[in-house]
Amino acid sequence: MQRLFLFAAVSALLVGLAGLFLTRPKSVDQAILHGVSSDLTRGEIVFYAAGCASCHSAPDAVGEEKLTLAGGRRFETNFGTFIAPNISSDPAAGIGSWSTLELANALIHGTGPKGQHYYPAFPYTTYANMTAEDIVSLHAFLGTLPAVATESKAHEVVFPFSVRRGLGGWKLLFMAPGWVVEGDLTDQQIRGRYLVEALGHCAECHTPRNGLGGLKRDIWLTGAPNPNGKGRIPGLTSDQLDWSEADIAEYLKSGFTPDYDSAGGEMVEVIENTSQLTDDDRLAIAAYLKVVPGQSTELLSE
Amino acid sequence: MMKKFSIFAAGLLSVVAIGAAIAHESENPAVKARTSIMQLYAFNLGTLGGMAKGETEYDAEAATRAANNLVVLTQIDQSAMWLAGSDNVSDPSTRALPAIWENFPDVAAKGQAMADAAVAMQAAAGQDVEALKGAMGNLGGACSACHKAYRAPKD
Repeated sequence: MQRLFLFAAVSALLVGLAGLFLTRPKSVDQAILHGVSSDLTRGEIVFYAAGCASCHSAPDAVGEEKLTLAGGRRFETNFGTFIAPNISSDPAAGIGSWSTLELANALIHGTGPKGQHYYPAFPYTTYANMTAEDIVSLHAFLGTLPAVATESKAHEVVFPFSVRRGLGGWKLLFMAPGWVVEGDLTDQQIRGRYLVEALGHCAECHTPRNGLGGLKRDIWLTGAPNPNGKGRIPGLTSDQLDWSEADIAEYLKSGFTPDYDSAGGEMVEVIENTSQLTDDDRLAIAAYLKVVPGQSTELLSE
Repeated sequence: MMKKFSIFAAGLLSVVAIGAAIAHESENPAVKARTSIMQLYAFNLGTLGGMAKGETEYDAEAATRAANNLVVLTQIDQSAMWLAGSDNVSDPSTRALPAIWENFPDVAAKGQAMADAAVAMQAAAGQDVEALKGAMGNLGGACSACHKAYRAPKD
């Protein structure tokens, strides 16, 4: 009997340790950043393609104000309200003191400099696919933006989601680095895939989520309920979006739809970013969307 | 009795039919008028956009004519078309948010931005296709700025 108890206790301890080990915040191997040089022009493109300002600029910032990444925008979700932090170049209130390694850990693993898990409202599930060159260049570009001393506010998240360790489990379940659209792609489609799947985080809104907020990657970009109210975020798969590649590229530049209505809602802010990209990059996104597989109606009605 | 009921039913049906018609197009001439102006914008933007996308061949004269029309459209005095009570709360056929009537100075500023973008397109349209492409972005931005703030999303 005593032996059985001992066995159970040791097993429980091992399972607990394994759990702690598996849910620990991960960090990148410093070697991937070794010898990678930064390029400010590249960093600026990454900044716009990744849409940093859409969440991290102050609420209601317009034009140039969007380059001041003071944070403060509120995102209401089923798990609580997330408040975008200050990521300006201020060394105390912002992330001005971060090394490229610390930025890489945040983007690739959702791990903060104190070794804490970030909530996936920050789309590191997408940024996990970023190249070392882009991370190093983004780090340099962020350093050129204004410093602002606004204190970041704590997220308003209720138990059990307030236990950050639990996010380690969430990451195990739902972080799936690597590409969704595979196969024989052209260079243009591969660039588009990088812009959509590694930087643009289009899927965060355009792909349905499960009950725990994980993306249903098997029905990628098929459209989803609008988290901010009525209506539906449209699907972008090749069978749902029947715009030509030129139509898609023009929409991402000027916001004009093929019948010359203009973009509305959240897409206006997205287009403020995509309008800063090159024509080639916008056409690459369009080329990629044309190879995103469509879905049968049975899958969609699940 | 039956006949009376039929007349009542027919009357009810026509009320429902009118209701359905209203849901598509406003009965209010002011709303119709401002919607028509939006269609005229879209038509002329279509000429320019077709060239920007490379769907149609660049034609300096046709582009200039379309850009001239856009400038004329921004000069129409629309004050009689935006009367109080023609928002989407009072009239479900329109997507015009009540905020328009609460922020007239901002609406006017956004209208001015549109007028400036149209004048810039007028200067660019006749030059070459690259200049035209460049001017499309500001036009789109001006349209979106107002639509984002003051137009309800589609159902």
